[in-house]
Amino acid sequence: MEFTLNREQQLAQKMFRDFAQNEVKPLAQEVDEEERFPVETVRKMAKLGMMGIYFPKSVGGAGGDVLTYVLAVEELSKVCATTGVILSAHTSLCAAPIYENGTTEQKAKYLPKLCSGEWLGAFGLTEPGAGTDAQGQQTTAVLDEETGEWVLNGSKIFITNAGYANVFIIIAVTGTVLDKRGRKQKEISAFIVERTDPGFSVGKHEKKMGIRGSSTCELIFEDCRIPKDRLLGVKGKGFALAMKTLDGGRIGIATQALGIAQGALDETVAYVKERKQFGRSIAQFQNTQFELAEMKARVDAARFLVYNAALKKQSAADGAKVRYSVEAAEAKLIASRTASDVTRRCLQLFGGYGYTRDYPIERMMRDAKITEIYEGTSEVQMMVISGDMLK
Amino acid sequence: MSDYNFTDTAAFHGVWVFCEQRDGVLQSISYQLLSEGRKLADDIGVELCGVVLGSNVNENYIKALGGYGADRVYYCDSPLLKDYTTDGYAKVLCDLVVEKKPEIVLIGATNLGRDLGPRCAARLHTGLTADATHLDIDTDKYVEFLKESSSLDLSKQKFDYEDRNLKMTRPAFGGHLMATIICPRFRPQMSTVRPGVMQTQAFDEAAAAKVVVENVAVDLKPEDIGVEILEIKKTAEKMVDLIGADVIVSVGRGISSDPKKGIALAEELAGVLGGVVGASRAVVDAGWMSADHQVGQTGKTVHPRIYVALGISGAIQHTAGMQDSETIIAVNKNDSAPIFGVATYGIVGDLFKVVPQLISEIKAVKAAR
Amino acid sequence: MKAIVCVKQVPDTSGKVAVKPDGTLDRASMATITNPDDLTAVEAALQLKDKTGCEVVVVSMGPFTAEGMLRELLAMGADRAVLVSGREFGGSDTFATSQILAAAVNKIGVDEGDVVFCGRQAIDGDTAQVGPQIAEKLHLPQVTYAAGIEQQEDGSLVVKRLLEDGYMLLKVKTPCLITCVKELTTPRYMSVGGIFECYSKPLEVFDYEALKDDPLIEVDTIGLKGSPTNVFKSFTPPQKGAGTMLEDAGQLVGILNDKHLI
Repeated sequence: MEFTLNREQQLAQKMFRDFAQNEVKPLAQEVDEEERFPVETVRKMAKLGMMGIYFPKSVGGAGGDVLTYVLAVEELSKVCATTGVILSAHTSLCAAPIYENGTTEQKAKYLPKLCSGEWLGAFGLTEPGAGTDAQGQQTTAVLDEETGEWVLNGSKIFITNAGYANVFIIIAVTGTVLDKRGRKQKEISAFIVERTDPGFSVGKHEKKMGIRGSSTCELIFEDCRIPKDRLLGVKGKGFALAMKTLDGGRIGIATQALGIAQGALDETVAYVKERKQFGRSIAQFQNTQFELAEMKARVDAARFLVYNAALKKQSAADGAKVRYSVEAAEAKLIASRTASDVTRRCLQLFGGYGYTRDYPIERMMRDAKITEIYEGTSEVQMMVISGDMLK
Repeated sequence: MSDYNFTDTAAFHGVWVFCEQRDGVLQSISYQLLSEGRKLADDIGVELCGVVLGSNVNENYIKALGGYGADRVYYCDSPLLKDYTTDGYAKVLCDLVVEKKPEIVLIGATNLGRDLGPRCAARLHTGLTADATHLDIDTDKYVEFLKESSSLDLSKQKFDYEDRNLKMTRPAFGGHLMATIICPRFRPQMSTVRPGVMQTQAFDEAAAAKVVVENVAVDLKPEDIGVEILEIKKTAEKMVDLIGADVIVSVGRGISSDPKKGIALAEELAGVLGGVVGASRAVVDAGWMSADHQVGQTGKTVHPRIYVALGISGAIQHTAGMQDSETIIAVNKNDSAPIFGVATYGIVGDLFKVVPQLISEIKAVKAAR
Repeated sequence: MKAIVCVKQVPDTSGKVAVKPDGTLDRASMATITNPDDLTAVEAALQLKDKTGCEVVVVSMGPFTAEGMLRELLAMGADRAVLVSGREFGGSDTFATSQILAAAVNKIGVDEGDVVFCGRQAIDGDTAQVGPQIAEKLHLPQVTYAAGIEQQEDGSLVVKRLLEDGYMLLKVKTPCLITCVKELTTPRYMSVGGIFECYSKPLEVFDYEALKDDPLIEVDTIGLKGSPTNVFKSFTPPQKGAGTMLEDAGQLVGILNDKHLI
């Protein structure tokens, strides 16, 4: 494995770092406290080509690669995990499945606007009664033969970017099929829904423990009618599409977790050099030194897994016949646990100040937790990994 | 320029000071430079000349330059010299240098002087030191200066005590490093000098009466000037620029018994020191001052020449943003406040009592000059 | 029409400044950045490009490692870059530097309507001399301390030039040279698209051979030999002593006065 960044990636990392420090960090506390979606940041990212980093210029992207996108989410999440997940959900969960599964017309219609940031994207799989469990899906899509339209009914919950997205990838039940053993199974398909479609509405906004500026809402479909050509990919292959999309999404969340952990560590290194107790800086205490050393080693280990998954996804994008489900699951499992562990230990080094909102560390600790939960809990990641080991 | 040879150092004599006027008013930097130039001229036994460029120049008015040390004043009078233009001023000043051949030309490092100096030095093919804060010719005096103002081990340094070059010392890298520049092969030796650094000598009425004022003809045509002045405007108030400020007076929780008065005192002190007002986080959070004043971890990082902390305890939240200031002055009631740990000078006391005393003492010192 | 921007790579003095025991700067140990005022100048040129579609050429004198900085400027939107580099140019003071840069700008070519942009000053030297000296050597009118630039219909520029207590509005015909201050504008970031294009944009190196036919380039006008000024001594100010506790305001003002701090 070779993770030396090439010259473009190095420049991009520098740009993302400057952008995050100057534009994102100053807003992070306010975005958290006021539970405010940072629209102005999204607009700025759009201008800089950050909303379509790894898509080719032919569809309006920046012509970059997956690792460059990972560097962007990492730098953003170091200072504001909310901003990190906005970019991750938009890119990995909306633009990517359209790019990978869309028809020529769908790509031409949606990708330029998503990549330019004119439109924001979201992805709806989770329902009140089902997450990763395909058979639990309740939202239905029925083809109205007369009008040639799909009619969607049901609801989705915990949808990232929901309040501000213009385009949604929606997973719905389109019928029943018999599996290999002859049992009745729900047939699952994927659709592209636009915010302005009749019968579609955005429901309750969730009040969350962390990533509080991220717009997490319910999506409601009441006889929501969409044209026939909004079916994404092949009818009946929607669950596989969703799982493949989540493989990519998990790299984004693993990166977000990595960013949170690194950001907390950076804050802590600066703090322990300044903070004095018993007449010397707390950096001079061995407990501090050992804590920092172990945390850095763990964060670097997480980074290796994350970058490895990104490179694997890149080879898949370049046409190699490789899958990256296991790599993505490993990266997310380890990076998210590292984020929770590291932010908790960093807060301990901050002591009382860390518990106040004068310092960002308590926010980072709250933000870290979600990375162990969304886009597949840690338990789901372990199912993916062990499933592959034992197949 | 036929007989003008910038490498013939022996052909150049005298110390010149470009005396900047704006709107017909001589700028105080002119007096500072003449006072300093007087010492240099005396060191090498030459004449000190002031040079004034303007329109409808009043001979009696510029005679005052003699009172600050000038033996002679050259003035060039033309409607085209009323307000500063690079082309007009550079041409007239360079023509004059070519004609009279001074060995030293000092210019104030004002926004105009820093425009004029380099243009002239390039035309005259000589060196220019920017923003000098100390000038010496006499080597003994220069060594004395180094003893006081450098961390050099002078026992290991060799000096040529016969050296007659102008030694121009200036800060570089934001004051982290000082450099002494010389221009040994070409003349004139030119330097712009930072305003406010050189002390103005007391006005000498007798010298002012003796000064020789000489009008020098100007060869300047409108087409020589490539820039047209549309408007000159004075702006009443400056924006709060903590980052670029030379002096910052910050207030902290110590003003809480009377925030309004505390801020007013800080503003007054900042006024006499030529600085701006900053604040700790507590003051901004309390809504006493706007966030653009905040210094510290969540505010701005500053490194002014002088930082005054009034009623600021010095939590690392605050000190992280100001500890690299050149001189830190702290006033706090609590003698164990951590701010005293980073302060250059500390006074234990109530800021509402100490600051008014500070203001009146500074005013008194300035008035005595 | 084109905008030529002169840019310098400088050590980042905003963090810790490393000084060697002999009093010179330990450049090797410090990170380098694009000089902040020069970045403002690049932005001014790019804004002119946004309005007029003009070509933006960035030029820098320095070692080959300055290529990285020039690539960044290309990623911001500049069209081509010139790196002026050669052993013969080493040791130049501001006079010699402007001699060389003026020759480089001549080679790029200053035509009717063109604008040369510089930063007001570089944070390592803070001299503010190279811009005006390039203007002198190119016989261009100059406006320094530009905090606002408006292009007029006839191609001339109206520039807001900062004074200590206000400003002058100046009208200057093109071609001309403008030096920019940070109040002018905020530099843009590189764009991701720009980053992935910048290594395929043209970057030319002007060495001594490339410039030697310009009359500005003589043995005694460039490099250490062509520099009128020399550094006689460089040193660090004395170490800050431990804090001194004082009795009252009078004592403090006395000390401040003695040290010329007020």
